[in-house]
Amino acid sequence: MTTDTTTKDTAPGAPAPGTTILDARGVTMRFGGLTAVNGVDLTVGSGEIVGLIGPNGAGKTTFFNCLTGLYIPTEGEVRYKDKVLPAKSFKVTAAGVARTFQNIRLFGNMSVLENVLVGRHTRTKEGFWSAVLRGPGFHRAEKASRERALELLEFVGLAAKADHLARNLPYGEQRKLEIARALASEPGLLLLDEPTAGMNPQETRATEELVFAIRDKGIAVLVIEHDMRFIFNLCDRVAVLVQGEKLIEGDSATVQGDERVVAAYLGEPLANDPGAAEAAEVEAAEAAQASGADTTTDTAAGKENDR
Amino acid sequence: MTTQTTAPKTAGASAAADTSGLIGIPAPLGRALATGGGVLTVVSTFLAWTWTAEFPGDLTVYGYPGGLQVLVLVAGALTTLFGLASYGVKGLRWLVPAGADAALKFAALAAFAATWYTIVAISAQLGGLVNLEPGGYVAAAATLIALVGSLALPFERPEPDPIDPDDAGWEQFKHTASHHWQTVKAAFATGTPRPVRALPSYAEILIIVAVLAIALLVFTYGIGTEYDELFVGFLIVAGLGFAAVHRAGLIAQATEITSRHQNITVCGAFVAAACFPFTQSDDQYATLGVYILIFATVALGLNIVVGLAGLLDLGYVAFLGVGAYAAALVSGSPSSPFDVHFPFWAAVIVGALASLVFGVLIGAPTLRLRGDYLAIVTLGFGEIFRITANNLDGTSGPDLTNGSNGVSSIPDLKILGLDLGVQHDIGGFTIGRFANYFFLMLIITAVVVLVFRRSGDSRIGRAWVAIREDETAALAMGINGFRVKLIAFAVGATLAGLAGTVQAHVTYTVTPEQYLFAGTTPPNSAFLLAAVVLGGMGTIAGPLIGASLLFLIPNKLQFLGDYQLFAFGLALVLLMRFRPEGLIANRRRKLEFHEEAEAPTTLSKTGA
Repeated sequence: MTTDTTTKDTAPGAPAPGTTILDARGVTMRFGGLTAVNGVDLTVGSGEIVGLIGPNGAGKTTFFNCLTGLYIPTEGEVRYKDKVLPAKSFKVTAAGVARTFQNIRLFGNMSVLENVLVGRHTRTKEGFWSAVLRGPGFHRAEKASRERALELLEFVGLAAKADHLARNLPYGEQRKLEIARALASEPGLLLLDEPTAGMNPQETRATEELVFAIRDKGIAVLVIEHDMRFIFNLCDRVAVLVQGEKLIEGDSATVQGDERVVAAYLGEPLANDPGAAEAAEVEAAEAAQASGADTTTDTAAGKENDR
Repeated sequence: MTTQTTAPKTAGASAAADTSGLIGIPAPLGRALATGGGVLTVVSTFLAWTWTAEFPGDLTVYGYPGGLQVLVLVAGALTTLFGLASYGVKGLRWLVPAGADAALKFAALAAFAATWYTIVAISAQLGGLVNLEPGGYVAAAATLIALVGSLALPFERPEPDPIDPDDAGWEQFKHTASHHWQTVKAAFATGTPRPVRALPSYAEILIIVAVLAIALLVFTYGIGTEYDELFVGFLIVAGLGFAAVHRAGLIAQATEITSRHQNITVCGAFVAAACFPFTQSDDQYATLGVYILIFATVALGLNIVVGLAGLLDLGYVAFLGVGAYAAALVSGSPSSPFDVHFPFWAAVIVGALASLVFGVLIGAPTLRLRGDYLAIVTLGFGEIFRITANNLDGTSGPDLTNGSNGVSSIPDLKILGLDLGVQHDIGGFTIGRFANYFFLMLIITAVVVLVFRRSGDSRIGRAWVAIREDETAALAMGINGFRVKLIAFAVGATLAGLAGTVQAHVTYTVTPEQYLFAGTTPPNSAFLLAAVVLGGMGTIAGPLIGASLLFLIPNKLQFLGDYQLFAFGLALVLLMRFRPEGLIANRRRKLEFHEEAEAPTTLSKTGA
């Protein structure tokens, strides 16, 4: 399994790679007495794909919601292109950060094309009067929006289904449509919340290609995912969130090799291990059988690396 | 509705390829009986059914059908036509693009129901079957024969689900009952209509004109029915006849053609509506017409708020009231504290602006709420408006609205020197006061339809629907939810205010009691919402038809009396059970509620 982490050539219009576009500093989110996210720092450079992993309940989605203005962080601030992001989610989208949702949230009873057109909302201005009076400007804007939306559907491979109802699409295509809808707002940074959840390996692979293609358009991507192969193939950097705190951040190799990450996912051995006695018995038996020199800890670590 | 007919060859299942009819008569005989019965029904309507003219409509004349006989004649003619078409008679095949059998069944049912209703009504009213003339017996027999014959027509029976042998008796009973019900449903089901042949556009426009003319004819007949029995007969024949035409596939084809020429259809519909006063000899039914139009227009305005933006507004009638009060106060009425008499255009602006301001004032604090909370708060505001109007009488508060007496003696409008309060003669037709207002109201309706169509299919309309579908996702897509909802609320309020300005002049008096949450006379908030839901949310035709029915039925069926609201509630429950998307289904909604039944999902036209 090769890990492809080299940054491909970015599109010409994109900002120079390496400049930080998203800068979250000390983001803390408390719900009453519960601290869901605690002092997390995270940066995303332009043209970068950053992964965010962590066990269930680690606060990944809460952190996403803080970034996109659905929650207002209790402490800390989020800057996008050196401006503090506003605390309203629609303003965040207008500023250039778009997102998808963990549990797909399409407009089910609108057509596929209309869903993408809704995504164009922030990039068009035609209001109520324009719609009622229907001047030439309205028709021009509407036509441009439709063209752009169809382009995006072409990009994600849904152009043939533009007239279908969103709710009738198969699961994988709904995910794609959600990405197309987010892209329609012309973001500089795309936040994907578990884009491959529930997908089969082929679909996951296709999503991977899609994310690379999005990056090649010059859009930075921050992605939450549980599929480790997907994350380590895709991401330039990976951050691990455990119990609301950032454990480690670095390239795939660093993160994969880190013992604390392994422990966070599988749990640490307890201090006075209740199963220790049995384990020791088994160990002894194994040792007698194999008469090898391997210690148990080594085997465990080795297994972990196989993942 | 397609029925699954791929019956697996299971042992003991005799249902495979079983295509017999509901009644065990050979199919060719059944077809002959149905068609012959149809012909005989038509003939029987030219005979006398009873001996005395005491039964309304005078059914005593030979050779001249009257009253309910006309309705039976129509149903009988439909039965005959579909019967002949089912034989594949050349020149009639266009009538049944989706197959004739189901249509024939419904047409025969319509004739049967109308005739037997008449027979029963005659016997009940005049005291016994003795009062029937031979014509009545002939009609009864003919329709019965036609119905029995049509029920013998073959259909594809649904495959019965295997019965679980462990089931208790009651469960087995439920199981067989549901299977019988499925069978009956299948008997009345029909295939998918073949698509319309490409016609030259002038022919298609002629078809649209014909369809609209028929619609106008049916509506005019319904509104002009003079006695309860005739209106019940009208409802029976119109309802079942519509079902028959629908099963024949004609409705689907007409929809296909009209959707190709939407603008022509909308304009044509308005022309047809404008023809309505010319079909009336006196002002009696134009009165109903203008009240229906006010009710329907306000319902359509509410449809923007409820149907598009999904904001459940239970106090919507208050905006109608604000518009009406504003127009009444500046109308020069003697009971208005303001001694001004604005011309109509100024009154319209005042009324619409007042409603707009009121809408924004109510909307700004309440639209931060979602769902049920919004409904409760708007309900409260609707009542606050009514009670405030009641109290601004000079004793409980400042003298503005003249309290419960209301603003009365509102003078008639004069527009461009034309006095709407008097009769005018146009080309030999007498156009009375209410007909004048009917035309004025029609213009307001046209404005509302225009606003609804254009805003619905635009950036703002898509934002409304997005908010309705999923507010969080809509926010994440950059839609300023509060602002967009406030626009919907304000637009809805303004349109209601617009209708209110005309309403004030039509009714002469504006009192707080006209703007209740629920009452027996529309428009009130509950009926408005019912008209939208019953007609079909998010459509244009839906609220118009829903409002017409909700106004006409209580108005025509006086005998319901105190049971009006009860009947209304019952009808609403039944409709929500069997057709939750409303009478006119928005294509989206149809897919929403009948997903498994309707597999093809392509939407030909975006927008509502």
